[in-house]
Amino acid sequence: MANADMFHIRTEEAPVMPAPVSTTGVIGWMRQNLFSSIPNTILTIIGILIAYSIIEPFIKFAFVDAIWTGTDRKACLPAEAGGYVGACWAYVEAYFPQFIYGRYPVEEIYRVNIVYAMFVVLLVPLAMPSAPFKAINAVLFLFVFPIVAYFLLTGLVFGDTVILPIVETPVWGGLLVTLVIAVTGIVASLPLGILLALGRRSKMPIVKLVSVIFIEFWRGVPLITVLFMSSVMLPLFLPEGVVFDKLLRVLIGVTLFSAAYMAEVVRGGLQAIPKGQYEGAMALGLRFWQMMGLIILPQALKLVIPGIVNTFIGLFKDTTLVLIVGMYDLLGQIQSSFSDPTWSTPTQSHSGYLFAAMVFWCFCFGMSRYSIFMEKKLHTGHKR
Amino acid sequence: MSKKILPLVLGAAMGVAASAAHAGTLEDVKAKGFVQCGVSQGLPGFSNPDSQGNWTGLDVDLCRAVAAAVFGDASAVKFTPLSAKERFTALQSGEVDILSRNTTWTMSRDTALGLNFAGVNYYDGQGFMVRKDLGVTSALELSGASVCTNTGTTTELNVADYFRANNMPYEIVAFEKADEVVAAYDAGRCDVYTTDASGLYAQRLKLSNPGDHMVLPEIISKEPLGPVVRQGDDQWFNIAKWTLNAMINAEELGVTSENVDEMKGSDNPSVKRLLGTEGAFGEAIGLSNDWAYNIIKNVGNYGESFNANVGPDTPLGIARGINALWSKGGILYAPPVR
Repeated sequence: MANADMFHIRTEEAPVMPAPVSTTGVIGWMRQNLFSSIPNTILTIIGILIAYSIIEPFIKFAFVDAIWTGTDRKACLPAEAGGYVGACWAYVEAYFPQFIYGRYPVEEIYRVNIVYAMFVVLLVPLAMPSAPFKAINAVLFLFVFPIVAYFLLTGLVFGDTVILPIVETPVWGGLLVTLVIAVTGIVASLPLGILLALGRRSKMPIVKLVSVIFIEFWRGVPLITVLFMSSVMLPLFLPEGVVFDKLLRVLIGVTLFSAAYMAEVVRGGLQAIPKGQYEGAMALGLRFWQMMGLIILPQALKLVIPGIVNTFIGLFKDTTLVLIVGMYDLLGQIQSSFSDPTWSTPTQSHSGYLFAAMVFWCFCFGMSRYSIFMEKKLHTGHKR
Repeated sequence: MSKKILPLVLGAAMGVAASAAHAGTLEDVKAKGFVQCGVSQGLPGFSNPDSQGNWTGLDVDLCRAVAAAVFGDASAVKFTPLSAKERFTALQSGEVDILSRNTTWTMSRDTALGLNFAGVNYYDGQGFMVRKDLGVTSALELSGASVCTNTGTTTELNVADYFRANNMPYEIVAFEKADEVVAAYDAGRCDVYTTDASGLYAQRLKLSNPGDHMVLPEIISKEPLGPVVRQGDDQWFNIAKWTLNAMINAEELGVTSENVDEMKGSDNPSVKRLLGTEGAFGEAIGLSNDWAYNIIKNVGNYGESFNANVGPDTPLGIARGINALWSKGGILYAPPVR
């Protein structure tokens, strides 16, 4: 009995203690991942210093020292504003309508807005797998929208009655031109690319030869050359006075160019489909187009979504090259605004380029996220 | 049979299209109702769009003046921004009626390219910009200087020629883009910035303290800039040429957009001939006799255009210099209207 004090018998479970602070939460994570050893700690500190030395001036430039309001260059001039001046957002603000619409006549801008709105209203449900009425939506987006947008943007005139005044393409600009070229290129190059990919794998010699020549020709010349040829050389070959719309020439050039790239991406997908899929389809008695449309292409395209989106993003950014033929896409419009002496300041071009980068990043990042979403949705990639 | 018809039809189609362009440019312009004018993609003070999207500048004013001469309406003009590479093709192919795009008048362009220069609306040339605190007043004092410039342009070659001719050592600091050159000069990477003088004034605005810099008086190359038309259409060439001459003559005679209505009653025979109250000089170039009145009323004389776009009161602040009238120490000299 006297020994009873010598034993400790636990009559209840020990209370659950929280894990030591040093192994959980932010501190624990940092300990494990950033400061686990002396070399790691040194690397972490160096990394933080580098990041700080880049981010801090950027924040300072873009926000803290930026000029947000003003009516002309005096607002953003270091001598007038006193000391260091960051981004001149007042200039971007003054030019904002031009960056979005180009030199589209002010009283007609509502037409561009309608096109933008239609584009969003039709594209968003088309992109959402859960939205209903896919077939109608697709028909509206792919066939009705381009026609309506064409007449809205260029104008509509019956004989002498002007329903919508003509707005010629040289006054289009900014984001409008970027989107017109990119969307047309994207929408037209995919089907064209699929046809070319099928043609290249065809057993019919002529079809195959034509496809190979087309693809290799367009892949073999730089886009800048294509644009330059279409704008500078083509008019010399045409009879004097016959003038093709420059935007149309650019659209055709960009579409054919990206179709060649798209064809190779799709061909990669087609090659990844096992032979058994073809044989199975043929054994079921499906004809060529049925086999392709129902069995092969759905699998092949699913496989190459990253490649397709890659091409789309590349195309979107390549639209900036149209500046070389005197068309103003978003970047071109921004660059042309640098020549306005009322706004020229040391940071004018930095602000403009920063704005362009932000807009392009938003679009490209959006496309990229959507492709990842679609990949997950379709369970592609043979995940481990 | 069908083999013969096809070329015929094609030929006819082309013939129609071609004849439309070959029939004088003036008729074409009158038929479509506006002048199609090729301008730069943005050169401050010469042709640049403002934040409202309107084109302004010295070159732009010339196009408006041509429109005013033809239609009596300075807004009957459409602008096609052209890159340096495509400008001549655009003119040759008929895409534009007149090219007013800070284009240097050279012999090869005037002859071999099939173009006609209608005169000079700005005498440009390569100049030097330095910091004021350098204490330099002449380009001849730049011995040993480091010079910022664009790569692969004639400016680089001109600098080499100039410094070698004057036995001065120098160092070139060259960049691809104009913005980089300005940034380097602003950061003090070089002592001198060189490009066309008009460009120097424009780029100066992008410096942190524009007032601390000055453009040296020496001009080391000749760059006469002027409007260009196609060769082989003398009537249109005359219109372009005399539009410019009318603007210069108006300045010389003291006719401005404000006093042009009073000047119509002037007794000065030169003014009378210019404004069409005497003689029929407008008809001689296929226009109405008040062609010059329309130019001056709607656009102004050369001095007004200069002052509004590049002159001392604009951000560019370019002095008249050699672009002053011959009677005021410059070399601007227009043949008389008589």
